[in-house]
Amino acid sequence: MLRFIFRRTLQMIPTLLAVVLIIFVIFSVIPGSFISSLMAEGRNAMNADVVAHLNSEFGLDKPLLVRLGDYLWGLAHFDLGISYRTREPVWNVIEPRLWPSIKLALTAMGFAVVVGVPLGFLAALKPGSLFDTGTMMMAVSGLSLPEFWLGLLLMYVFALQLGWLPSFGYHPGSIKHIVLPAIALGVSPMALLARTTRAGVLDVMNADFVRTARAKGLTEPRLVFAHVTRNVLVLVLTTLGLQFGSLMGQAIVIEALFSWPGIGSLLVDSVSTRDIPVVQGTVIVIVLWFLVINMLVDVAYAAIDPRIKVA
Amino acid sequence: MSRICPDPVLSIRNLRIGVGKHNAILHNVSFDILPGETYGLVGESGSGKSITGLSVMGLLKRPLQVTSGEVMFQGQDVLKLGNRARRRLRGDRMSMIFQEPMTALNPLVTVGRQIAEMLVVHRGMSWPQARRKAVEGLENVRVPSPEERARSYPHQLSGGMRQRVMIAIALACRPDLLIADEPTTALDVTVQAGVLELIAELCKAEGTAVLLVSHDLGVIANMCRRVGVMDRGRLVEEQDAKALFENPLHPYTRGLLAARPRLGSRTLAGRGRLTELDQVVASEDRGRDAPTLTTPREACPEVTA
Amino acid sequence: MRLRFNLVFGLTLAVIVVVAAICAGWIAPYDPILDADLMVSEMPPSWEHLLGTDAQGRDVFSRVLYGAQVSLTVGLVSQMINSTIGTVLGVSAGYFGGWWDDLVNGLTNVMLAIPSLVFALAIMAVLGPGLPSLLIALGLTNWSWTCRIARSSTLSFKNQAFVQAAKVAGFSDANIMRTQILPNILGPVLVIATLGIGSAVLAEAALSFLGVGISPPQPSWGNMLTDSRELIRTAPWASVFPGLAIFVTVLGFNLLGDGLRDMLDPHMRTRKA
Repeated sequence: MLRFIFRRTLQMIPTLLAVVLIIFVIFSVIPGSFISSLMAEGRNAMNADVVAHLNSEFGLDKPLLVRLGDYLWGLAHFDLGISYRTREPVWNVIEPRLWPSIKLALTAMGFAVVVGVPLGFLAALKPGSLFDTGTMMMAVSGLSLPEFWLGLLLMYVFALQLGWLPSFGYHPGSIKHIVLPAIALGVSPMALLARTTRAGVLDVMNADFVRTARAKGLTEPRLVFAHVTRNVLVLVLTTLGLQFGSLMGQAIVIEALFSWPGIGSLLVDSVSTRDIPVVQGTVIVIVLWFLVINMLVDVAYAAIDPRIKVA
Repeated sequence: MSRICPDPVLSIRNLRIGVGKHNAILHNVSFDILPGETYGLVGESGSGKSITGLSVMGLLKRPLQVTSGEVMFQGQDVLKLGNRARRRLRGDRMSMIFQEPMTALNPLVTVGRQIAEMLVVHRGMSWPQARRKAVEGLENVRVPSPEERARSYPHQLSGGMRQRVMIAIALACRPDLLIADEPTTALDVTVQAGVLELIAELCKAEGTAVLLVSHDLGVIANMCRRVGVMDRGRLVEEQDAKALFENPLHPYTRGLLAARPRLGSRTLAGRGRLTELDQVVASEDRGRDAPTLTTPREACPEVTA
Repeated sequence: MRLRFNLVFGLTLAVIVVVAAICAGWIAPYDPILDADLMVSEMPPSWEHLLGTDAQGRDVFSRVLYGAQVSLTVGLVSQMINSTIGTVLGVSAGYFGGWWDDLVNGLTNVMLAIPSLVFALAIMAVLGPGLPSLLIALGLTNWSWTCRIARSSTLSFKNQAFVQAAKVAGFSDANIMRTQILPNILGPVLVIATLGIGSAVLAEAALSFLGVGISPPQPSWGNMLTDSRELIRTAPWASVFPGLAIFVTVLGFNLLGDGLRDMLDPHMRTRKA
């Protein structure tokens, strides 16, 4: 199993390199640098000397390939470069944002799983029933909601009108602050999970081995727990992994809306200030999150499904 | 011919199955199976033989339902039983083997546990106890190194081995009736005979009656004393196996026999399955009114209907 | 039953939105940008202003109608770009195999790993706000699913008799891909494209909301929500209606996509019956 994890970790490296390359090229090839944005903001012509000085300070006067090499070299040492704006190492800027983001993603996903999976399960047990139709309508609606609008409405109702929960912000130990952003963020994965679970349960319920289990005279609860649940989990796990993995990226709008000090709002801020090293750093973190989650999902697969070879 | 006739294990009376209330796909099927007897049900795919088996077990899928008739199992009509009582019979007193051993076992559970489950559910055994019994069960169906195999997952076994596991599951509680729905159709020809022999032998030893559903006349001829022939939802003929092959009464049966692959015939048509039945014979004869069964219970005249 | 409902209801919603967008110039009672009147700012819905007015006293109804033009343009055009990229890459990768297949596969995995919103945000950061940038950013970042489906379907068709027959008959590879394979994968590609329109509309709204999409004063559903966010306590209608417009549009295309999928996939149909 450890070898499996090790191998999957190694497999992440080329993907990560490709991502770095793409992001690096996007921000380097196309005109519009941090310095020119400073000039635009300053609205006054910047001294050519100052520009040259800044360019050399950040190594922007070197050829692209050399810069890419430097960046990759730094990356190999877990060095993400220096922020243009704060002149701190990028990692120092990102690090305090990490935990709030992970916390939000975990809570949102927890909400999605706890609500979505049982809903899908119950809907599938009585296909075509009112409950099933209702749940599936709700699911397609959940997938069609702009999450920041939902967040805005939640804020309006539960924070401004009812005053039950704070409308925005973050406090390290506060559960109240996380409720609204987590629900707003979790609704779409919740809806998707409900759909996938329902389809999975219907699939498994029609499988031959469930007929065998019925022929064995098992009680319905035993049948569901011993022969349906795990097989459904195998089908749902892919969706779960993809959703969870992209959640940190999905969170950028919600984090911006709720002033949540996470990776997403950092990305938005640094995009608007053209703080490229921080943008690159946050994108790498977001992609790394996706890759790690999906590796964990693969590990979980190997643990659940004996058909997957671990060696 | 023996005249001592015990009460039948299974007695199906005028069974009708429909899609919903009206569209009947099984019409007035009646037959009996005596204790320890192997009864063959033969016909093309779609003739209703599998559905008959499933309805005895109470495993019909939703649009299908029994619309009228009786399924008397050991003297009681199982159709009148509640879900609970019926579920208790399933697996314990009557059990079933399916066609596809590849998909009929849960891929995520060890085969030992799938056998043991029967004993836990119906005999109230503890898991370790049931596991030991499961290993014995595997031994009975001649799975080599049963101790080790019990820990295997279905995908690690060959088709023949999986079907043996299915048999071990089905016979774990020593049922009175085994319904074998095309038990060897999906298997390699080389292992078919072994599996059939195993079913015959184990059921003989336990006195288990068998309802063998197959489209393969060869299989039926080898295994059964009495045979029912089904065509488009009707039981069109019922005879001693020997008599059936020597003197088929119903034109459909004759067509069925004519479509049998013969040893030495090398044409493609000769090797065709019964689903590719000789179209001329079939369509011409089946157009007429099917002769009614005059002596459906010839084998055992004393038993009154 | 469900099948028809999805298709009909989805199509109805989509058609309504398309008609609203096309006819915005005729239906809208006010100019979405110029008719700002601070005297009537933050008015609740009334006969004069069906959906109320925003902070600058502009008619929310008119702005929502014009916003539909932006959203639909972004949705349709970016999805056309995505479908084209995905289909071309997927079909060629599946058909030729070899190093090209490996390359496309790798690229697809990379695209899948970067959440498309993040990728689009990065591209918008470089290109600057505006409709053309949005079309590029969203058109280049959401083709991985199309590519995957196109590739796997091509793989399954590649060795079938009709493709082999065309090969034997001496058709060129390009010709075979166009005439033999493409028509067979159009269905699933169409389904993904329809569902993709919904996600593009959502992404446009999100990017405009973050201030990197369509810049004010030009109305877009996303930037209307940014503006009205501050007014949520005093003028909630200015937030409710643009969001509702996004919801209805995306719901329409999602239902339409589901309906199309059910129609094209007989396996799913029997399972639902």
